[in-house]
Amino acid sequence: MSLIGLTIGQARDQLRRKAITARELAEAYIKAMAVARPLKAYLVETPDRALAAAKQSDARLQKGNSLPLDGVPVAVKDLFCTEGVETTAASKILAGFVPPYESTVTANLWRNGALMLGKVNLDEFAMGSATITSARGPTENPWRRRGDNRPLVPGGSSGGSAAAVAARAALAAIGTDTGGSIRQPASFCGIVGLKPTYGRCSRWGIVAFASSLDQAGPMTRDVRDAAIMLQAMAGHDPKDATSALLPAPNFEAAVGQSIKGMRIGIPKEYRLDGMPTEIEALWRRGIEWVKAAGATTVDISLKMTQYALATYYIIAPAEASSNLARYDGVRFGLRVPGETLEELYENTRGQGFGAEVRRRVLIGTYVLSAGYYDAYYLKAQKVRALIARDFDEAFKSCDAMLTPTAPSAAFAIGEKMDDPIAMYLNDVFTVPVNLAGLPGISVPAGLSAEGLPLGLQVIGKAFDEETVLRVAAVLEDAAKFDAVPAFVAGAP
Amino acid sequence: MALDKATVARIAALARIKVPDSELDALAGALSKILTWVEQLDAVDVSGVEPMVAVTHARPPLREDKVTDGGIRDEILANAPETTDGFFVVPKVVE
Repeated sequence: MSLIGLTIGQARDQLRRKAITARELAEAYIKAMAVARPLKAYLVETPDRALAAAKQSDARLQKGNSLPLDGVPVAVKDLFCTEGVETTAASKILAGFVPPYESTVTANLWRNGALMLGKVNLDEFAMGSATITSARGPTENPWRRRGDNRPLVPGGSSGGSAAAVAARAALAAIGTDTGGSIRQPASFCGIVGLKPTYGRCSRWGIVAFASSLDQAGPMTRDVRDAAIMLQAMAGHDPKDATSALLPAPNFEAAVGQSIKGMRIGIPKEYRLDGMPTEIEALWRRGIEWVKAAGATTVDISLKMTQYALATYYIIAPAEASSNLARYDGVRFGLRVPGETLEELYENTRGQGFGAEVRRRVLIGTYVLSAGYYDAYYLKAQKVRALIARDFDEAFKSCDAMLTPTAPSAAFAIGEKMDDPIAMYLNDVFTVPVNLAGLPGISVPAGLSAEGLPLGLQVIGKAFDEETVLRVAAVLEDAAKFDAVPAFVAGAP
Repeated sequence: MALDKATVARIAALARIKVPDSELDALAGALSKILTWVEQLDAVDVSGVEPMVAVTHARPPLREDKVTDGGIRDEILANAPETTDGFFVVPKVVE
């Protein structure tokens, strides 16, 4: 197996046995990153930085006192502030912004020995489900439909992260998930994507979209790698008051544990009218797999599911309109001059924000404005409480839930682009999990009739990523997903 | 809720986003469609339900009341489009 075919778990063993060096692994990925340029996953490549970190990893590995992620090359969603490396959130308004500080999650990764390959593409300010709203242009999915060479979207908003990992142009990546932005692209690209419980990872230094929903998480080749990455990323941070004080358990130890006797909830409201039969069939296979592993399934009801998207599309834009108020053309990023300060603000924001971001900021401004606050925003917060209550009730009779990740496979660049609401429906199975603040994972579980990857989602109780990982590993073992995308950056 | 052109212009002004006149009609249509769609929440009975304002149930920890940051003026100004003598520069705001 070539270097870029290894998982983190395998690379870690080979590095520690000194069968390979961190430098060799870094060089292989720097080459892979260059080969994968046609996908336009990377916005910035940082090979020198990767090699410098690899040198330090090799020194530690030589001495036998290695760190958990020594030598692991990671792609970073360009929403994480990285000290000295341009961070744009794929927006024109942040062009040229070079943070003088490092986000807590990335700092945790580097402290644990990981090395940064570069910054990867996303929907502008993480607002989108296809990585087509990026001011830097779309990223392509390395997968193609059988017999059809049209470029497909990688999903979004963490589409650059997903494409890089799927194409073997990064060993792992980190993303953020506000309404499905880790899990849906993981499903579209045939990789694992884990959204931890709200509060598990610090949000400090992540360009904010919707602060009560945003959460960072790993995107990896397998479930074990997701556990290894989460271990390094998680933990309380005094700089983020919403990060939990709970100590992180040993996530990797959960991988491979039996699910015998576990109760897996199957929410009946996730059986959508008009859902493709292959998604339905995939879900049924997943149910059979967990039963074969000794779990029982329980029919549960999440009766507010149909209202989750509408709730989300009030709350997320409201929070975004507030968070994005800071882009004023004065302190950082783009400035478009005006005669007065007011004009300077309006010109800068008018030219700096793309169409989808502008739409959401305007919706958010409207639902928070005097006279409409109660009818929209307060109402949505109350429905959100009911959605969270549904999960609390359902978890009284089950330990985890199993659902599809997304209602479709990847679609072509250009499809669903003229109707925002059609695009929003991508997140119908993932958004409720963010509203309730719960952990969820997407595991590649099969191929569509057109040969595209499809994911299954496992949802857990708050701060019970261990159960999520246990069930996910069982699905992974049963699915034996070994299909390879049309484009990979070298021999797998 | 169907928004008219004047309302969209007012929201854009509140959000400090310049929207060219030629784009107001199309934007009014797009925003109206989204608002009409989210109004499906009208069907939900929320009487007696407390709004969910935060995900975490635990009370956030209090930190020690001491200065942990500061003295980094140059780093803060480093990304500014225009500065002079250690200040951000904006168009004149006082008559």
